Amino acid sequence: MEDLLNAIILFSNFVLVPATAYGAQLALGALGVTLVFGILRFSNFAHGDTMAFGTMVVILVTWWFQSMGISIHPLPTALLALPFGILATIGLLLATDRLVYKFYRKQKSPPVVFVMASVGVMFVMNGIVRFIIGPNDQVFADGERFIMKARDFKASTGMAEGLTIKVSQALTLGIAIIVVIALFWFLQRTRTGKSMRAFSDNEDLALLSGISPERVVMITWIIAAALATIAGTLYGLDKSFKPFTYFQLLLPIFAAAIVGGIGNPLGAIAGGFVVAFSEVTITYAYKKFLRYLLPENLEPNSLVQLLSTDYKFAVSFVILVLVLLIRPTGIFKGKVL
Amino acid sequence: MTIHRNVLLFAGMFGLLAIVGFGQSWSVALTIFNLCLISAIMALGVNIQWGYAGLFNIGIMGFAALGGVAAVLVSKPPVTEAWGAGALGIGLAMISLGVTIAATIYARRKLTGRRRNLISFAIIIAGFFITRAIFDPAVSAIEAIEPAKTGYLGGLGLPIIVSWLVGGVFAAGAAWLVGKIALGLRSDYLAIATLGISEIIIAVLKNEDWLTRGVKNVAGLKRPVAREIELQNTDWFISMADTLGTNVISFSSIFVKLSYSLLFATVLLAILWLSEKALKSPWGRMMRAIRDNRDAAEAMGKDVTRRHLQVFILGSAVVGIAGAMLTTLDGQFTPGTYNPLRYTFLIWVMVIVGGSGNNWGAVLGGFLIWFVWIEAEPAGAWLMNAITSGMSEGNALRDHLIKSAPHMRLMVMGMILLLVLRFSPRGLIPER
Repeated sequence: MEDLLNAIILFSNFVLVPATAYGAQLALGALGVTLVFGILRFSNFAHGDTMAFGTMVVILVTWWFQSMGISIHPLPTALLALPFGILATIGLLLATDRLVYKFYRKQKSPPVVFVMASVGVMFVMNGIVRFIIGPNDQVFADGERFIMKARDFKASTGMAEGLTIKVSQALTLGIAIIVVIALFWFLQRTRTGKSMRAFSDNEDLALLSGISPERVVMITWIIAAALATIAGTLYGLDKSFKPFTYFQLLLPIFAAAIVGGIGNPLGAIAGGFVVAFSEVTITYAYKKFLRYLLPENLEPNSLVQLLSTDYKFAVSFVILVLVLLIRPTGIFKGKVL
Repeated sequence: MTIHRNVLLFAGMFGLLAIVGFGQSWSVALTIFNLCLISAIMALGVNIQWGYAGLFNIGIMGFAALGGVAAVLVSKPPVTEAWGAGALGIGLAMISLGVTIAATIYARRKLTGRRRNLISFAIIIAGFFITRAIFDPAVSAIEAIEPAKTGYLGGLGLPIIVSWLVGGVFAAGAAWLVGKIALGLRSDYLAIATLGISEIIIAVLKNEDWLTRGVKNVAGLKRPVAREIELQNTDWFISMADTLGTNVISFSSIFVKLSYSLLFATVLLAILWLSEKALKSPWGRMMRAIRDNRDAAEAMGKDVTRRHLQVFILGSAVVGIAGAMLTTLDGQFTPGTYNPLRYTFLIWVMVIVGGSGNNWGAVLGGFLIWFVWIEAEPAGAWLMNAITSGMSEGNALRDHLIKSAPHMRLMVMGMILLLVLRFSPRGLIPER
């Protein structure tokens, strides 16, 4: 009985808790991609670097606050800096839209041209981020680090295994839930949100009923900027900030958006968790876990790791491929073609 | 008129290289020129996909890296001990993998309903564990053999030029796989799928030490041309340097670079000639018809998805060839150095700037952008020094600006891409 409990605690500590936090981060990222896709109808390859840009601004403001001694201990100072990051990113995205995408919208260019332009934008944003903050790792988390430490957990329960919950993980989940509720309330209840959904469903009909496309596009970029900055900051708090990692997040984020059904916000959330849980469960080494569950003579000698962690991108890719092969519209019937 | 313009553009390009030759040194100029030739071939490959058919591939890095693997696997001598220790296991694991895939496909074809998913899932799980059980011991056996020197299977010991073809075949195989999955769906899906496969290829090359030694790199590849040191001890070469009145050592390095140039230029001209032939043939007209109006072409009975697959494979094969040539020129295979900005997006800038749909444009773009990319680094550092010359020594901002100058290159390349796409989408040498 105690072995079983230990196994469950071990599994929660290394799989459930980290994967839930990671899933929430991916879900926020995928929501941004899916919204831009729904309204502007192209896959925004610059989203990863938008996240990097927003996080960079948050980090810079955090450092400034720290130097002035402003803090909201036990919470990380980055939360206080978050609104500034969001504002800066909104400015950046609106400027890119005006300078880059608007022209192609007027021209009614095919989606692939938008995609290509977004690749150019990605390049420029990547350059800006590396130019300002450099290509290296930056740690900016401060305040209390743990809600529950493994040692305290062991002491209070008397179990052999400990459970750690980081502040960043709890924050990620809490903020993600608030953001998602706010977003859905906005899309379902407000006039602007309804006009956005109408525009996404049928552009011509929306135009006929007097919805201003430029306004819808503007609001989409604003929401995308907020989502990207929040997702990027939470990811950075939980792990660390490195521009190249944010570029690489693009693949799991796209996989999440497509698995859920691209263009469908609910799907993006589900997709985020599907990708995160697959990635973590497949790259976790089950040796210790199985040792608790199996009788002694069956204990494994190897790590019992399905795939090494270096292949976590392969997991997103395989999920992507399976969806494209079996159900290109995704779980929640997003757009296809 | 346009012909004159194009000749002028190419003359200008060679003029730039000549300036480097006279200004810096001919050795530097030839180094740039050789990489220009390889870049031009890569750009041709991408142009076949984008210019002929409108396929957006952002996994060029992966296909180029597959070419690099080919250079290792073809030219390195086999490590006999490692073959004895683990080749059988690796072979069996590959067979087991193949059987698993075949069984899954068979099950999915034959069964229906809920049983179909359950049974194919069971086959995949069982196949995975059986394969791993054979594969893992074989890998550790191979990697245990002199890990500091070899620790991998080695190659076939053939001349490295053969690898250029093999690299093309490897890339074509990967392209077939990706194309089968992603073509025929939304155009963005191909982009996402190629991005994914390229990241995975690099991850595999970095981690599968038994195949490529991973991040331990494979150095000292064979060369298709003579080594400098051999030339310096050859009589005819010394006498030739004498008659030209140059230093033997510097002449040998230039001679080697020129031999590479000759090889690369031959490949470039061959591929260029074939591409031009293909573009002007009925096949080329059909491809452009599909690109410009897919529905109309489909209504005329063209199998669009198949044609796309074909052109995607061809273009990737060309990129693979260029990737193998690049590794040959480097003389070593270093999986850690592949990064998407240098190997994917730079090539895209070449194609867009040169003129998508025009092979000559792609070649010019390859030359010009590589030249700019190389010369932008000293230029950027110089510019930053000039801008910050007014600031005092040790100023934090000054240090930061000078240190960050290399990252300007990314921004400049992105800007060039966006500006050309916006104001001159047809590029320097537009499609006729």
